[in-house]
Amino acid sequence: MWTWFYKLASPPYVYGVAAAFMPWFLGLALLAVGYGLIGGLVFAPPDYQQGDAFRIIYVHVPSAWMSEFIYTIMAVAGAIALIWRIKMGHAVAAASAPIGASMTLLALVTGSMWGKPMWGTYWAWDPRLTSELILLFLYVAVMSLRSAFEDPARGDRAAALLSVVGVVNIPIIKYSVVWWNSLHQAATVAKFGKPSIVGSMLWPLLSMFLGFMLFYGAVLCMRLQGEVLNRERQSAWVREAIKS
Amino acid sequence: MSGFWSMGGYARYVWPCFGFAGVVLGWNLWAARRLLAAAKLRTRRTLEMAMATAKVSGETP
Repeated sequence: MWTWFYKLASPPYVYGVAAAFMPWFLGLALLAVGYGLIGGLVFAPPDYQQGDAFRIIYVHVPSAWMSEFIYTIMAVAGAIALIWRIKMGHAVAAASAPIGASMTLLALVTGSMWGKPMWGTYWAWDPRLTSELILLFLYVAVMSLRSAFEDPARGDRAAALLSVVGVVNIPIIKYSVVWWNSLHQAATVAKFGKPSIVGSMLWPLLSMFLGFMLFYGAVLCMRLQGEVLNRERQSAWVREAIKS
Repeated sequence: MSGFWSMGGYARYVWPCFGFAGVVLGWNLWAARRLLAAAKLRTRRTLEMAMATAKVSGETP
């Protein structure tokens, strides 16, 4: 376990693993998203209250979950980089930030599009919506901070510190519907006991979630290769890799 | 079939969401490929410059 952890600190190892895994992640992501789309758009029955508008969840829920998951990965990678001074932690965080920001934007836009027919408004300053908007601002702040320094190492450290501090927003997003009065519905799938969603609606949703996870893996692998090359350009192994 | 496209009267909300999701996923792939291609190009140029400098000074890069 620890050997594998130490290996992940090695840029050539990370570059090789990312290059090898990327096509697999992308292929499996396409399959999972394809099944999720067909199941969610064609075979799932309309919701008894929301009608066909409920189908927006097949892109809204996976993107919202991913926005929180990717931020957590970014914060953990930042913490690892700060505590153990593992440079690859900064690379993972830098590669994850734009993906997470785009997922947050997708969650906000699709949530807003769902809100209009269901709540009668595109936006409300509701705890769940507001905390998700703060997450988008955090992503933008982390990316801006990283590029604000002339010395990339200082930018990396500042961005990692902000990511770690900002992770406090993740439980706030998760429990906002429990702690405060919220327009947003409470947990339907990720709750203790039985999910209150029927299987024909649930399986395509879980497949979309798996597809989004694999897609994140594929894009992360591609971005990570770029980050490693940019950071290790002067290293002998990079020269050999590029020559070959 | 028209019932599928009309989404029970919610087509103007449902389809833009899936369209925007396609745009976001497509952008992610395009931007990542572009970043990787740019990084490879920069690395290649650095290597070429190092080789050219070494050639002038008679060293191995």
